[in-house]
Amino acid sequence: MAVLGSRFEDAVPMETGQDRLRRILVRTIVYGILAAWAFICLFPIYWTVTTSFKLAPNVMQGHLIPFVDFTPQWRGWQSLGLSPDSIFQTSTVRAEFVKRFMNSVVASLSASSLALILGSTAAYGLTRFNYRFLWMGNKDISFFFLSQLILPPVVLALPFLVLYKELALLDSLVGLILLYTLMVLPIVIWIMRDQFRGIPVDLEEAALVDGLSTWGAFLRIVVPIALPGMVAAFILSLILCWNEYFFAALLTSTDAKTLPVMVASQTGSQGINWWSMAALSTAAIAPLVIVGILLERYIIAGMATGAVK
Amino acid sequence: MDNAAALPLVLDQVVRSDPVSHGRRRLGAAILAAGSLILAAILILQILYKADAIAFGFVTWRPVLYAYLLWAVTLGISQVLRRGEAGARALFVLPAILFIISMVVFPLLFGLYISFTDWNLSSTMGRRLNGFDNIRQMWRDPFYWNALYNMVLYTLAVLVEYAIAFGLALLLHSQIRARKFFRVVFLLPLMLSPVAVSWMVGKSMMEIRFGPVANFARWLGWDTPAFFTDPWFARISIMVMDAWTFIPLMMIMLLAGLQAVPKEVTEAAKVDGANSWQTFWRVVFPLTLPVSITAILIRIIFKLKIADIIINVTSGGPGGATDSVTSFIFREYRDRSNVGYGTLLAMVYLVMIVVFLTVLLNLFGRWMRGYDQQEA
Repeated sequence: MAVLGSRFEDAVPMETGQDRLRRILVRTIVYGILAAWAFICLFPIYWTVTTSFKLAPNVMQGHLIPFVDFTPQWRGWQSLGLSPDSIFQTSTVRAEFVKRFMNSVVASLSASSLALILGSTAAYGLTRFNYRFLWMGNKDISFFFLSQLILPPVVLALPFLVLYKELALLDSLVGLILLYTLMVLPIVIWIMRDQFRGIPVDLEEAALVDGLSTWGAFLRIVVPIALPGMVAAFILSLILCWNEYFFAALLTSTDAKTLPVMVASQTGSQGINWWSMAALSTAAIAPLVIVGILLERYIIAGMATGAVK
Repeated sequence: MDNAAALPLVLDQVVRSDPVSHGRRRLGAAILAAGSLILAAILILQILYKADAIAFGFVTWRPVLYAYLLWAVTLGISQVLRRGEAGARALFVLPAILFIISMVVFPLLFGLYISFTDWNLSSTMGRRLNGFDNIRQMWRDPFYWNALYNMVLYTLAVLVEYAIAFGLALLLHSQIRARKFFRVVFLLPLMLSPVAVSWMVGKSMMEIRFGPVANFARWLGWDTPAFFTDPWFARISIMVMDAWTFIPLMMIMLLAGLQAVPKEVTEAAKVDGANSWQTFWRVVFPLTLPVSITAILIRIIFKLKIADIIINVTSGGPGGATDSVTSFIFREYRDRSNVGYGTLLAMVYLVMIVVFLTVLLNLFGRWMRGYDQQEA
């Protein structure tokens, strides 16, 4: 509204022909840019989804529009064992895919939940009580948590490789979940600290007078109020964990391999078996695209927190 | 958290610290002592066993992990038993602190140690302290310096991303129809995993023979649209793909900043006769400067971790032109399984990042103060 909108608003009284022309021009440019960027955002997704229904000649000739340029075929999905005719037959590829998919689901859901529990209790404590730990006060503890955000994964990767080997956690989902929790914990703390700050303490005071303990007040009064913020933090964590590749590529091999690792390994090995790659990519991104469309409100709320103080 | 003088910010008036009985305090101390004893016993047993001093022990270090977890639980219980209300409050932050200490501080110290060793995981020699050999090797390693140089370029690309993100945020903030639709669509790239993007965009759309982007480039008049053979084009292609995924992040943050600008302020500027351009540069931009800085900082932090796309699309090529530090170390480990050298490179990188971000934060802080004075 600030810049471009102001022009539309005050253009109403005493509009001369020139003003009107200018207004139309500005509108055209604005919507032109919006449409162009929407195209840039959507085209790769469109391309991937349609390619999964193409055959080799369709790809080579650069066909783009289904039913006009080419006839959609189930070849790509067939090779994954996910097409209508192959879905009821046994398929090793599908078994492999489902296993990787479930690994990703388990790893990202558990890590996000764990991070949400650890992160929101810590954030609540830091916004409500004063701590002293050695020389560190609340501010230092908060900084200690948030500074984990800058730690690049590569610094921890090789030490963890060795440690996990000794702990027999290599190629296990538990090991992966612990690392993913660590990865998203600072983000959860950041978002939740902001959320708890926005909740007035009067409610908790009343609850304490009524005889609830500190933890009782937190669980029964504060958590329900902070729930939207918690959902936002949870979904952001989920996205980051679902898409994580680096740790998974280094620390898993056969059992705990996640979906991104499977996608990456196929890219190299299969050459230009495009339709199956496209089908695999589509299946890998579909859950998050759906989450993004349905829960956009929470994702935006989560990212906006902390940006504005 | 032992000497915590838990003075609550506001809740203290209500909660009277309940008196903790002597017996309860003793019980708490006993539980913690038992937990510590078990942890120490298992740790010592395992160290002796691994050092071949005794004949019995565990095959892996896993039991030590369990003992540590048990110790953490006893620490929590003893906090509540011994310190009552203050202990219950400590319990809010204690799990997170213990988690980070065991997952970051300890591995970092361990990493610091192995970065001064020559440790090839695939050889049977085991690890061997080699002093500053790794540092000398790093000093002579042109690929590492090249990767650092690339990181500078990649980080500079954030400024371009910022400009685009700001433009998009302004458009989304203006009076438009179907705003929700555009917001959802613009957000979508952020949902996609970099690995999928590597294939979707890097490997298929930019495919030289029949990828749609290559076709488009040909239509524009570029005869051989090889995106990944020329070093500079390869770098730019990587930057574009990374920008495509992460522009929404900055855009949403900036949009939130724009929405927080009170309407009265822009109205007032208009009444004073400022045109849109002046309103933006003199009013909106300064007011959103803190958000801009946060967005840029967060983006730089994410940028410094860039690896997935590079590993999957170019694996650093051509000739290391697109390598980031992370992807370089990843390959260094994959090809030579040299843990010691790779860890040293990562440690040096961490130090550089910390120094760089500290300087950046100070610069931004000083700049902000300067801006405030100028405005006043």
